[in-house]
Amino acid sequence: MNVWGVLLIAFLAGVEGVIDEWEFHQPIVACTLVGLATGNLVTGIALGASLQLVTLGWMNIGAAVAPDPALAAVVAAWWVSGPAHLPVAMGVIVAIPLALIGQGLTRGLRQLIVPLVRQADVAAANGNLRQIDWLQRGAVVSQGLRVLVPTALLMMVPTQWLQIGYQAIPAVLQGGLRVTAGLLVIVSFAIVINMMATRQLWPFFFIGFALATDSHLSLVALGLIGFGLAIIYLRLGHPHGGGTGPTSTDEDELDRELDDL
Amino acid sequence: MTDSGAPKTLTLGDQLLIFGRSGWEQAAWNYPRLQNLGFCYIMIPAIRRLYATDQAEMRAAAQRHLELFNTMPYMQSLITGVTLSLEEDRANGKPVSATDINAVKVGMMGSLAGVADPVWWGTWRPILSAFAASLALSGFGIVGPLVFFLGWNLVRLGFRWGAQRWGYRQGLKVVTSLSSGVLQQLTLGASIVGMFVMGAIIPRWTHVRLAPIIATSHQTTLSLQAMMDQLLPGLVPLILTVGCVGLLRRHVKPLWLLAGVFVLGIGGYWLGIFY
Repeated sequence: MNVWGVLLIAFLAGVEGVIDEWEFHQPIVACTLVGLATGNLVTGIALGASLQLVTLGWMNIGAAVAPDPALAAVVAAWWVSGPAHLPVAMGVIVAIPLALIGQGLTRGLRQLIVPLVRQADVAAANGNLRQIDWLQRGAVVSQGLRVLVPTALLMMVPTQWLQIGYQAIPAVLQGGLRVTAGLLVIVSFAIVINMMATRQLWPFFFIGFALATDSHLSLVALGLIGFGLAIIYLRLGHPHGGGTGPTSTDEDELDRELDDL
Repeated sequence: MTDSGAPKTLTLGDQLLIFGRSGWEQAAWNYPRLQNLGFCYIMIPAIRRLYATDQAEMRAAAQRHLELFNTMPYMQSLITGVTLSLEEDRANGKPVSATDINAVKVGMMGSLAGVADPVWWGTWRPILSAFAASLALSGFGIVGPLVFFLGWNLVRLGFRWGAQRWGYRQGLKVVTSLSSGVLQQLTLGASIVGMFVMGAIIPRWTHVRLAPIIATSHQTTLSLQAMMDQLLPGLVPLILTVGCVGLLRRHVKPLWLLAGVFVLGIGGYWLGIFY
């Protein structure tokens, strides 16, 4: 049981949740690593894969802040693959409030960091480039702490409390939450589809759906069919060349929607 | 702007340093000026090289790159490349004003983000991570996370380096190349694959099971799920997903959709519709 390993993952996920480069904050990576640190790799991967599908639609676009998968993935993975051994479905459920807390922390930090940026203005006026470097690095560390600190606090919650709390949930509610965990992916799928969908693209959605109901086709085969259809469509040339795809107004609308979330 | 001696150029080492810094852009994301400090941080190796002999120019360069900036972080590599070429021209005394440099940055950042956000976050990441998740859930274990991590980062690093090099070599010519509609075609193609794959994911990876029995007559039991599977497997998640898209189009907040799913899941189980 490597607590330090989990905290290191929390730090990396916190940085990545904002800079969005190596994607350590994506549940399929973060939960797997926490599973590795706690010695329950299989559970970590199972939660990571399930949670990944739920967080598929959470993206930071423009000035919008989506729910934060970083805090959600690390803490949920600790509770599922760590000593509390909550079921995977419960991990998916607790991830939702955790992601909303993480979102709030991201927004807060974007305000808190303003004085640091003002210092950069002073440094620039003085020609002190080295100080600008260090201010930027300080910002990186603060993003890591944004997830590390709440993770450390939540890891101090005694294991028995979690188990007692889980067992106190009535059976009907437990079953209902299990069903909910399976349904949550739908919202993410809808966000992703809403982002891409134009009237002329819906047929591709339904073709994909119909082909996938034949369980003999692997996902790779489906991907190839989709790729082939896209090339054929572009080659045959559609009359409004370039007039489609998300326009800037779509983009603004999306920004607003994600901001509202 | 001193024309003394050999022309100032960025070495390959500088470009690699800038490439290394380009991935940290968003860490100091802040509300009034967004990615400004991140972009300035990326430009610092170039400012050091180009304006080493001119303190006033060095200060001015750092200040102009602290102005408001925000784009899709991977497309920033292309903007960085173009900005590097402009800064180099300016340092060598060519008629490039500070205003020109800012105008190019601002002009590129919005249009590139509008194209790149749906492709990277809206299509490529959902497809790759859903593929990886399904590998993990169908018994391939660690292969799933590895496919996602390696696939994402190899493509990202390759794209970043390629875009930065191309922008630096071509300079302002990039702007004309981009306005030819290639990007729109690419976005459309990506959206087609994206829509297709999202359609394909729904019947495979949503777990909605209807209660086993709706009617028990003398000897036969009718299973609602079996009937639905005969008709079209995955029909219930399809209806729910398309319904959610419709609600999003009507500006229902995603948070309300999440709340609705909780109500549907718990209520449906309680009523015995789902199990």
